[in-house]
Amino acid sequence: MRTGKGHLSPDWAPPATIPCDPKPARAGGLQTTGLPMTNAVSFSSVSRHFGTVRAVDDVDLSIAEGEFFAMLGPSGSGKTTCLRLIAGFEQPTSGHIEIFGTKVENVPPYRRNVNTVFQDYALFPHMNIIDNVAYGLMIQGMGKAERHKAANEALELVALPGYGDRRPGQLSGGQRQRVALARALVNKPRVLLLDEPLGALDLKLREQMQEELKTLQRKLGITFVFVTHDQGEALSMADRVAVFNNGKIQQVGSPQDIYQRPQSRFVADFVGSSNVLEPAFVKQLTGKDACASLRPEAIRFVQSDGHLATVTGSSYLGGTTRVGLALGDMRINALIPADQAVPENGSLVHISWQENELHLMEDAQ
Amino acid sequence: MTAASPVTETAQGTAILPGQGGWTGSLSDTFWRNPKLLLILMLTPPVLWLGIIYLGSLFALLAQSFFSIDEFSGMVQYELTLKTYGELFRPANLDIIIRTVSMAAIVTVAAACVAFPIAYFAARYARGKWKAVFYIGVMLPLWSSYLVKVYAWKLILAKEGILTWIFAKLHLTWLLEAWLAIPIIGGYSLSVSYTGTFLVFLYVWLPFMVLPVQAALERVPGSYIEASGDLGATPGQTFRHVIFPLALPGIVAGSIFTFSLTLGDYIIPQIVGSSRLFIGQAVYAQQGTAGNIPLAAAFTVVPIVIMGFYLWGAKRMGAFDAI
Repeated sequence: MRTGKGHLSPDWAPPATIPCDPKPARAGGLQTTGLPMTNAVSFSSVSRHFGTVRAVDDVDLSIAEGEFFAMLGPSGSGKTTCLRLIAGFEQPTSGHIEIFGTKVENVPPYRRNVNTVFQDYALFPHMNIIDNVAYGLMIQGMGKAERHKAANEALELVALPGYGDRRPGQLSGGQRQRVALARALVNKPRVLLLDEPLGALDLKLREQMQEELKTLQRKLGITFVFVTHDQGEALSMADRVAVFNNGKIQQVGSPQDIYQRPQSRFVADFVGSSNVLEPAFVKQLTGKDACASLRPEAIRFVQSDGHLATVTGSSYLGGTTRVGLALGDMRINALIPADQAVPENGSLVHISWQENELHLMEDAQ
Repeated sequence: MTAASPVTETAQGTAILPGQGGWTGSLSDTFWRNPKLLLILMLTPPVLWLGIIYLGSLFALLAQSFFSIDEFSGMVQYELTLKTYGELFRPANLDIIIRTVSMAAIVTVAAACVAFPIAYFAARYARGKWKAVFYIGVMLPLWSSYLVKVYAWKLILAKEGILTWIFAKLHLTWLLEAWLAIPIIGGYSLSVSYTGTFLVFLYVWLPFMVLPVQAALERVPGSYIEASGDLGATPGQTFRHVIFPLALPGIVAGSIFTFSLTLGDYIIPQIVGSSRLFIGQAVYAQQGTAGNIPLAAAFTVVPIVIMGFYLWGAKRMGAFDAI
């Protein structure tokens, strides 16, 4: 598979271009335990530069088969470029990308058995829904009756049966998103790429789609690579999350790892706005000269024997109240249940936390 | 509006600002209350112009086509008849129509083929400075006189012109001569052949094809093209199934220009080409020297009818579905 020139020849096909049989994939998806055999996607020292901008900067990454993988980061952090590198819309400036063990440099997007759900859905406005969904099958040369049958099944899968005759312009944002999903899934891709697919939906629909996507991924066993800037989305859906910043991966791990044990100030701050305690303060507590992260919900208000802090403000968030505190020179946030009394602005309070809630960060930038 | 206070101070003062005063102020208020009044005032002059002077005179001309001319006295007989339309089907007149429609069709197809890559480049890749270069490059020929361009082409295509010289330098004179030896499209030189007429039509009308196609392609987001490739379509398939159908309204819009302009033009075939007539020249000759206004009017109806059928066919083919 890795014999260099193999991917350039026209008969480069297996395993990534032949549409895979859905049954083994489904079976693979159910085996959630045990280590996966192959990497669906792997990056080795991949960079993508646009002029002087390093959109993706020396990224190493491996995504296991059947995994729900999220790429999380602020806009401009390189996560979408990584997705486009997998899809083949961008070519790496340096480094290698493998899809199921095959190097994919110079393999055009139309020969990769990878499908994308675009941020703007990119449904073709001159075709009705059924022809949109059946587009990939039509390109493969499947007959009309057969491909329409498959497209209808895909529409049922995304809970839009009977919508085939409509035009994309007649559907709501959520429905278009489902059509885009059906159009990608009908080709039975080995890897499904999702580029902020829920970004344009309202909160309720977004939460519903998050659950549906997760269920669908388990059912089909297809590797999902999901790009988002919404940390809640990444944490709730993904098996593993990669946090991006400035074209580099800051941390890869399970949602619990990322949330509870951020390894850098950026991750602590971006994923759920952890408090970052300065080395001077941490040294007093633990004797170690390092930054530490402390989750806002770990902070408790106590009667005495805590650290003294001044209340600087509070905001009501519905289920909880966020209280701003000044702890020495540091500004930190605490989250308290909404039914608990909120201390007054400017008052002095005692705060405390369990020792194991404090996580030293290896990389303190 | 009294005592201007800093924004930071608490807002005070009247809730309703005083009017601007004067007749412009009260006019603005009147128009705001009666938006239809403004619309009527704005639309009446152009509608009168278009309706009476432009369409009215056109219909007056078309009405003439239902009259006939007395062949002995040369006087127009004001009786409704289809006799003049019958004259269109005389072999000589039918030749003129077929010649003009074929030329218009070939010019349109060629203009679409030449314009598409230019428009595609401009819409997809040209940014900033290159976009400006594109617009100026396409529009610049439109800013100079039509006659100057046509006469310039006559010189370029002449037997002693630069094209003959280039062919000679490239040792391709045999090719040019072989081309000119072909019946119908050939001739003594390019400047007196249909090939020459075709080249000048193509050049002169090209901007009218490039601009609408470019506008149509501009509205096709890059993600459609990426999505098509992502779903397995090769660039050729993407062109056939996505880009072309979405550009079709632009191509049809452009072809309406190139087709109807070629159908009606009477100057280019007179300066460059064989001495055989096109519809525009026939109209010119019939209503001028021949004094046969009814036949001239009947000739005028031909392009209108052809364009009607053309648009109907384009609509049937779904050319306007993506608008």
